[in-house]
Amino acid sequence: MNVTALSLPIVLPEAIVAAGVLALLLLGALRGERSVWLVTEIAAAVLAAALVAVIADRHAPGATFFGAFVDDAFARFMKALALIGSLATLLLSVEFMRREKVGGFEFPILILFATLGMMMLISAGDLIALYLGLELMSLALYVVAAYRRDSLRASEAGLKYFVLGALSSGMLLYGASLIYGYAGTVSFGGIAAALSGQASLGVIFGLVFLLAGLAFKISVAPFHMWTPDVYEGAPTPVTTFFASAPKMAAMAILVRVAMTAFPGVAADWRQIVTFVSIASMALGSFAAIGQTNFKRLMAYSAIGHMGFALVGLAAGTVEGAHGVVVYMAIYLAMTLGTFAGILSMRRDGAYVEDIADLAGLARTNAPMAFFLAAMMFSLAGVPPLAGFFAKFYVFAAAVKADLYGLAVIGVLLSAVSAYYYLRIVKIMYFDEPAKAFDRPGAAARIVLALSTAVVIFYAVAPAPLTNAAMAAAKSLF
Amino acid sequence: MSGSWILSGLVFLPLVGAGCILVLRGEDEATKNNARWIALWTTLIVFGLSLVAWARFDPSQPGFQLMEQRAWFSRAIAYRVGVDGISMPFVLLTTFLMPISIAASWSPIQNRVKEYMIAFLALETLMVGVFVALDLVLFYLFFEGGLIPMFLIIGVWGGKRRVYAAFKFFLYTLTGSLLMLLAIMAMYWTAGTTDITALLHTHFPASMQKWLWLAFLASFAVKLPMWPVHTWLPDAHVEAPTAGSVILAAILLKLGGYGFIRFSLPMFPDASHYFTPLIYAMSIIAIVYTSLVALVQEDMKKLIAYSSVAHMGFVTMGLFAANPQGVQGAVYQMISHGLVSAALFLCVGVVYDRMHTREIAAYGGLAQRMPRYASAFMVFTLANVGLPGTSGFIGEFLTLIGAFQADAWVALAASLGLILSAASALYLYRRVIFGVIDKSSLMGILDLDGREIAVLAPLLILTIYYGVHPQPILDASAASIDALLKGFNQATALTQSAGL
Repeated sequence: MNVTALSLPIVLPEAIVAAGVLALLLLGALRGERSVWLVTEIAAAVLAAALVAVIADRHAPGATFFGAFVDDAFARFMKALALIGSLATLLLSVEFMRREKVGGFEFPILILFATLGMMMLISAGDLIALYLGLELMSLALYVVAAYRRDSLRASEAGLKYFVLGALSSGMLLYGASLIYGYAGTVSFGGIAAALSGQASLGVIFGLVFLLAGLAFKISVAPFHMWTPDVYEGAPTPVTTFFASAPKMAAMAILVRVAMTAFPGVAADWRQIVTFVSIASMALGSFAAIGQTNFKRLMAYSAIGHMGFALVGLAAGTVEGAHGVVVYMAIYLAMTLGTFAGILSMRRDGAYVEDIADLAGLARTNAPMAFFLAAMMFSLAGVPPLAGFFAKFYVFAAAVKADLYGLAVIGVLLSAVSAYYYLRIVKIMYFDEPAKAFDRPGAAARIVLALSTAVVIFYAVAPAPLTNAAMAAAKSLF
Repeated sequence: MSGSWILSGLVFLPLVGAGCILVLRGEDEATKNNARWIALWTTLIVFGLSLVAWARFDPSQPGFQLMEQRAWFSRAIAYRVGVDGISMPFVLLTTFLMPISIAASWSPIQNRVKEYMIAFLALETLMVGVFVALDLVLFYLFFEGGLIPMFLIIGVWGGKRRVYAAFKFFLYTLTGSLLMLLAIMAMYWTAGTTDITALLHTHFPASMQKWLWLAFLASFAVKLPMWPVHTWLPDAHVEAPTAGSVILAAILLKLGGYGFIRFSLPMFPDASHYFTPLIYAMSIIAIVYTSLVALVQEDMKKLIAYSSVAHMGFVTMGLFAANPQGVQGAVYQMISHGLVSAALFLCVGVVYDRMHTREIAAYGGLAQRMPRYASAFMVFTLANVGLPGTSGFIGEFLTLIGAFQADAWVALAASLGLILSAASALYLYRRVIFGVIDKSSLMGILDLDGREIAVLAPLLILTIYYGVHPQPILDASAASIDALLKGFNQATALTQSAGL
């Protein structure tokens, strides 16, 4: 890989977002609240431009800032996912913010800052860049979690997330310093080289802390405690954001660190990942059964799904990395679609969040019920929907790596989790109709329909996504 | 290859029909009728197309025919379809029963007709897909995908306990199938492909075969269903609408048996040989135990459901006897059961539509008011019992011969079950049809109308036709079954000689 001191083409997408967010901050500060919609529109344009820059990037893979910033197929793929998540969130937020009067030009700007952090995080080539990207992302997320200042639930969610998040950042930093102390370098390649022989206990110690810090960000058990409260308490567009883009970035860096910095101690981190994966799948499957709030249910569902994605990482192979990448891409579509559905649940002008509010939706709004049902069946992993193939790839990787125990436990837990997704379908299709929802906004309808199209038609033409994901996974090895 | 589009047409044409219904607007009577007619015509066209496929099919060739291959995931996992002598009869059974099911739902289903027809057409796509798929991943996709429409059919249009039944059906089947999915992945990594034609010639190590075989058993045993994982079936049957029960009994149950023939026997011959005693034990328990259970049922559909489990016991027994009579008998039994159980559920549906109860005790003496119904019901009951001259006899007879050759005690125990199963079926018939009409509610009951005759007549004709002239089905599958057994015997003989 070609390493340079500074290469602008490599950081073009980040430069677009950074310049955009600084300009918007000025604009917002100077023009005040009047500029909310202008700022939102420009922010969406900035994200779209960055997305185009990422997708259209035809440069050879390279690294800049002396290797701290890596641009490879993996980074591009995951950045595209994170940008799609941010963009969709921004579009979905407009109607909600307007109706609930929680506007403010800060929201799109915070989204942009978080996205910039994610992009740096995904491209991080050493521990310092990792920490910088992670903190830029997290600080913005702490603020948006408590964005609705006068709501007790949102404030509690924000505070909880901040305290636990700060703790996890501290652990991560502590682990990173241990690794630096024992490996003598912060760059991922250097760490891998230093660990090629016998790894000392100190490095393993550091690795555990590092993994714990990252596990917090993707909300897997036993570092999931913040997730249900934050998902439920935060305003729904913020929850949408939490559920989509930051997960892509955190999972990407977890995979990158594990695969590129610690291949020498793969046996050690694979154990940890296996444990975390089983714990999350079990918690996500069983704890969601009793939930009545759709957002809280999706929190447990997210914990479970991150556990499934980690099955691929536990395999520790290129197939496994491929599985994780495909999983995250399909999960992004499913989670955006579901949250677009939740944002469409508005009755008599007020947003509702209970599963029971969906009763008989098939008769009051057949298309929305059909779309949401497709999401639920896909989240449950029933073929021919995309969610099945997501699981297929990670479990196939686990089987190839001879992780039969993990694979068997995983598929059985996925059958358990099918129960609560089916329950939502049951409420929409079998129950007596409740009063119809208000007509959902255009953004929600579009996102829901597009996500459904991805989920249904993935099986028709799976090759483009699968091949791009394979190229991404191979670039890590 | 000429005619290579036919099978894809069979698979995806129903979806086109479903798409047409999807764009219909409105909830009035005319829209409902349009949906019904579109569904009926679609299924009739598919049936016609399947007859064309049959005409082009050469039964003397043992291999796969009418094959089609397209790029899908990769070179290893591709879209491959084709039929051989084993799958062809099942394809025909499916396409034949679909228009009948649609016609049978004509007036009973008045509620959300469009969605109902869409669910049925989607189900047809998935069922035909299972039988023609020549790629394991594609097979799994169709096999599992069928759960979604069936879940909705039971849950939306079912009876009182429909929610419980739908969940039980879905979760039972899903759990079993997921274990099979892991086996499919293991096979994929071992063989490097999921092409069924290639996998049929792949030899898996004996120890691996056992695990794979057990994983496939987990799925097929639930689907078939075999004792002790049959308990979802009575619930699903009782709660499903009539046409749902028909499809469930006639086709979805056959997916398990088809899976055993297509995968377990030829791909894991050593394991199949090793586990034959287990299958015999499960089959005999299914035959004897569920026949006894059927005797005490108070609900007509439940009784037929339990007798279905017993009939599937004959299928597994015949299959794992692994001789030509046994396997041919099993295929025949499945086709015949597809016709007869479908007809029996339709017969129950006829009186249910009039009286809105399935309690056996609520009926009696129907022969006096419904002579045509009584005659049709009698033919199907006797076919269910296995009376010579009906299709049911051929299947049971052949499977028993096959089992007798393999193990006389197994055949003996199974024939004991035959008596019990006859007892339950005839007991049902006596209580419903004979006796005096003493219930005032039954006084005004009407005999079969034209639509019901049109629905039952084709089944009646085929039940008797295949009872006296079994050759068409036997000939169609003979070459493929011979080839299958040749490979099976070679493989097991090889392993045994290596063991000695």
